[in-house]
Amino acid sequence: MGAQKKVAAASRVREDSEDLSRQRLQAIVLADSFTTQFRPITLERPTVLLPLVNIPMIDYTLAWLESAGIEEIFVFCCAHSSQVIDYLEKSEWYSCPNPNLLVRTIVSPKSTSVGDALRYIYEQQTETSQIQGDFVLVSGDTVSNMPLADLIQEHRDRKKKDEKAIMTMVIKKQSRLGIGSDQLFVAVDPLTKQLLHYEEDNARGGDVCLDKSVLDSTVLVCKDMQDCYIDICSPEVLSLFEDNFDYQHLRRHFVNGLLVDDIMGYKIFTHEIRSSFYAARIDNLRSYDMVSKNIIQRWTYPYVPDINFSGNRPLKLGRQGIYRASDSVQSRSADIGDSTVIGYGTKIGNGGKIFNSVIGNGCCIGSNVVIQGSYIWNNVTIEDGCEIRNAIVCDGVKIRAGAVLQPGVVLSFNVVVGRDFVVPAYSKVSLLQQPTTEDSDEEMEYSGSSSGTADLLLGVNNLQLDSKASELGPDGTGYIWKVCDSAHDEEWKHSVVPIPMDKLADITRAMDDDDIEDESVVPPSGELKSDTDSINTDANDDYGYFEREVEETFLMAIIKDDVDHVIRLINSRRFAYNMASADCAGAVFYSMMRLAVNTPHNSASELYRNATTIITKWKGVLGFYLKQTDEQIEVIMKFEEMCEESEELGPLFAQIVHFLYDKDVVQEDAILRWGEEKAGADESDKVYLNQCEALIKWLKEASEEEEEEEDS
Amino acid sequence: MPDVQSTVVEFVNKLRKRKIEGSQATAKCTVELLRSVISHQRVPHANQAAALIDAVKAVGEQLVAANPVELAVGNVVRRVLHIIREEDLSLTTAAMGGLDLLDASDDDDVDNCKGIGYPAMSAAVVAAAARSTLRPPSLQTLLEGTPESATVPYTSSSGADSESKTADKSSLTRKLKHDVIEGVNQLIHEIAGCHEQIAEQAIEHIHQNEVILTLGSSRTVLEFLCAAKEKKRSFRVFVAEGAPRYQGHLLAKELVARGLQTTVITDSAVFAMISRVNMVIIGAHAVMANGGVIGPVGVNMAALAAQKHAVPFVVLAGSHKLCPLYPHNPEVLLNELRSPSELLDFGEFSDCLDFGAGSGSLQVVNPTFDYVPPNLVSLFITDTGGHNPSYMYRLIADYYSADDLVM
Repeated sequence: MGAQKKVAAASRVREDSEDLSRQRLQAIVLADSFTTQFRPITLERPTVLLPLVNIPMIDYTLAWLESAGIEEIFVFCCAHSSQVIDYLEKSEWYSCPNPNLLVRTIVSPKSTSVGDALRYIYEQQTETSQIQGDFVLVSGDTVSNMPLADLIQEHRDRKKKDEKAIMTMVIKKQSRLGIGSDQLFVAVDPLTKQLLHYEEDNARGGDVCLDKSVLDSTVLVCKDMQDCYIDICSPEVLSLFEDNFDYQHLRRHFVNGLLVDDIMGYKIFTHEIRSSFYAARIDNLRSYDMVSKNIIQRWTYPYVPDINFSGNRPLKLGRQGIYRASDSVQSRSADIGDSTVIGYGTKIGNGGKIFNSVIGNGCCIGSNVVIQGSYIWNNVTIEDGCEIRNAIVCDGVKIRAGAVLQPGVVLSFNVVVGRDFVVPAYSKVSLLQQPTTEDSDEEMEYSGSSSGTADLLLGVNNLQLDSKASELGPDGTGYIWKVCDSAHDEEWKHSVVPIPMDKLADITRAMDDDDIEDESVVPPSGELKSDTDSINTDANDDYGYFEREVEETFLMAIIKDDVDHVIRLINSRRFAYNMASADCAGAVFYSMMRLAVNTPHNSASELYRNATTIITKWKGVLGFYLKQTDEQIEVIMKFEEMCEESEELGPLFAQIVHFLYDKDVVQEDAILRWGEEKAGADESDKVYLNQCEALIKWLKEASEEEEEEEDS
Repeated sequence: MPDVQSTVVEFVNKLRKRKIEGSQATAKCTVELLRSVISHQRVPHANQAAALIDAVKAVGEQLVAANPVELAVGNVVRRVLHIIREEDLSLTTAAMGGLDLLDASDDDDVDNCKGIGYPAMSAAVVAAAARSTLRPPSLQTLLEGTPESATVPYTSSSGADSESKTADKSSLTRKLKHDVIEGVNQLIHEIAGCHEQIAEQAIEHIHQNEVILTLGSSRTVLEFLCAAKEKKRSFRVFVAEGAPRYQGHLLAKELVARGLQTTVITDSAVFAMISRVNMVIIGAHAVMANGGVIGPVGVNMAALAAQKHAVPFVVLAGSHKLCPLYPHNPEVLLNELRSPSELLDFGEFSDCLDFGAGSGSLQVVNPTFDYVPPNLVSLFITDTGGHNPSYMYRLIADYYSADDLVM
């Protein structure tokens, strides 16, 4: 990969060897969210440099890490890496360095997910061994003021006692209305704080599936927790990402992967932060809005706008939570309401009304402008009589006189809104055209925002040349992005607009309903004893789930053409569901047959050929589970069931069983015993036995012959 | 001097992130930092005092800007500047003494100063030096006298004639710097020892069977009360807990550990209890030039209650807490609004915090300090003794130079 590692100013080079006795506290800051939540803004600027109450997000993260005693910070840049590096070089982190803190950057433009990033760091690791011990893994959009030293110590102590405790993740209690962020469901061992179950974005409503094994002891089940995405990791985490090349998402893949994987036995622990500290991550516009408000209300103290914590120019805090730059100019008739921030060099004209908003530096606001609940970034010009509600307006935007921004609008950089134009609610406007290659949401999330940007940026120039883009009125420039239909309903969830009252009512009602239901089953956050029946009820269904999952796993795994790999993956499922070897064999065989049936075929003979090729190829996997005769019988019976369901397979039963025998997957003993067991069954049940009669007879004869031979 | 620079940066960082708390700790760190700044400062031949003053001012400005709320930083910086000016002045005076000496007996000092320079000294320089000696002497300088400067037999620090005497120059430089560092050391000593100095006076103020009320936690108050206890005075202490940080709880624990009869009350019970109290003793965050006090939040309420019931309201303050500024200026009377998490639990209240939602919104204000106007204060006890609020300006004139009030 053509990435270079940038070492901070040479004057601060400190020999790593000098303090081998004491592990340095290190942190990896991912300066890319790997999501598209902030599009179209993030097409032009990385998330971490977006101003949060007039200070780039990454400064909050770095200032917090610094004061938490971290000595070395690696900033991992992917999309817009040059912008991030430029910013850091100009910022106080480089120009006025703290002798106890080293900030380095790692660049890998090709990484498109957290998984890629960590794998890249791991590769680098082998050459440079930058990461020497446990490290803190955070995203560059984290705002927090919690101390880390104790937490890291706790992690290290635990690690010393238990090699397998490789990660500690920070969770926080949250109010019930945690809208915008996905609802999280965690199960924790109340004594050891070990994480037993993690489920994000629960699609099944209130139902949560817990493994049986989890319920061996007392379990604390919480659904009012929020994941802060602050993790203390041991170096093993990096190598695990390397081993599991398909891990992309830190939570969805990595955490869940570890939780179900009992072979390696790695454990994850949780740490709930005390209420006196704040921690939050900004991963969508709603959390941007929430965190901004929390900063204005000083929950993040000392990282608040009136304190110079990262080289920012401190604002003056007046009454009613109004933060104002000393040189901002404001007309006497302008009405500045509470919880408002006004940046340096900003001018506000007559009769303006500004409430609950953040205005950046160098803005020029005309007369009789109404701004409410909005985030106006730097150097924005707003002409007379505009009305802006609950919008995000990026740098350099011009809003011409009389224009109206309806709630939820996002104006990306340098957009011009024409005179008297009304920008419809929830629309996103950018100078860049919307990328047309819209994949599924999932894909989008991992396709780094960097990839398409270059061509898109080319588009800007063209746009300015012909300036045909008059989607924003005759004298405006910018494209209004279309919202995909599926996302439209969700739009209100992820914008800075306050939740509409009707939706709020819906949610509250739904939650209340939930609670009522839950009362009997799972309290919002309560302890479950292992003997409560309520959760165990679905254990019977487990086999069905298991079967389906094995099939998925099998289909996924066979792409990689490696028997051991398949076995490993299936084993992890097996242990998660606590299944016997026979169940696995059955499920694997089921999957193989399904694959055969689903492979296109015209005739029965073709189907038979499909089945035989698959069996030949993967008999190793079957063989792994079919060591005992009982298990083999299980498979035959499973096959029998399948044949009953599928008409195509039915006639082939005897042939395939014979084939299995030929390939040594099932022994003659198994077939014979199966035959004996079935002999007493109903006539209707004997269809397949009859089919196999010839085979059984032949087998019997063969064995008799053998015996005779032995006798003679 | 890269190491000094890095210590400055480190300290500035700590101040910014509010990692150092308490005016005594801050004052101590500041003065130690300034001492290392002075000792590492290379002094030019001409006008050493100005060079030192500039260096200290430059660092001082950074420190003050890092945490403008912590007034002790500014106070200490001004104190150090004052020390430099004083030492410079006393050297000048000594030089004039030396000049007189030279006039009287020509030969004595000729060897030392290599026989040149003094006759050439211009009248203007002498006049300037004389003018500065004519400045009204402060109480402190009167008391201290000029023992050190009397031993300086020769030389002058005035800029005009400094080109001529290189040999003296280096010794003079060393002398000024040395004196200044001596002075700063004394200041360090003073700051470190202010508790004992104040506590020594406890016996004069606390009498048998009295009831003392205090609010929040202050190390000075703790030492003061314990000193009285050690002198076999028996008295009761009421500790108002000092919400929302509840530092009163810590104080109460300490007091009990040292064998005092202690009662913890809520802040809101102060008015109810005040009629039983003989004296209110609190520790200050800063004392302003007009005699007003900046103290932990809730102090003003206690002071008003004390006034209502004519209970003496006594403020303990080390001399580093004396601030030469007046609180008319909003830039000076700063308050620190801390995190609302000290009052409320974020998790439980985050629903009400979304203030754009149309419904009512919850604002939380958590100030750290209170201002008590001078007319509510009965007595200040500093390390130099007890003073009336109206006398503060005079103390301040002793400790600070007028030139440094605006940095």
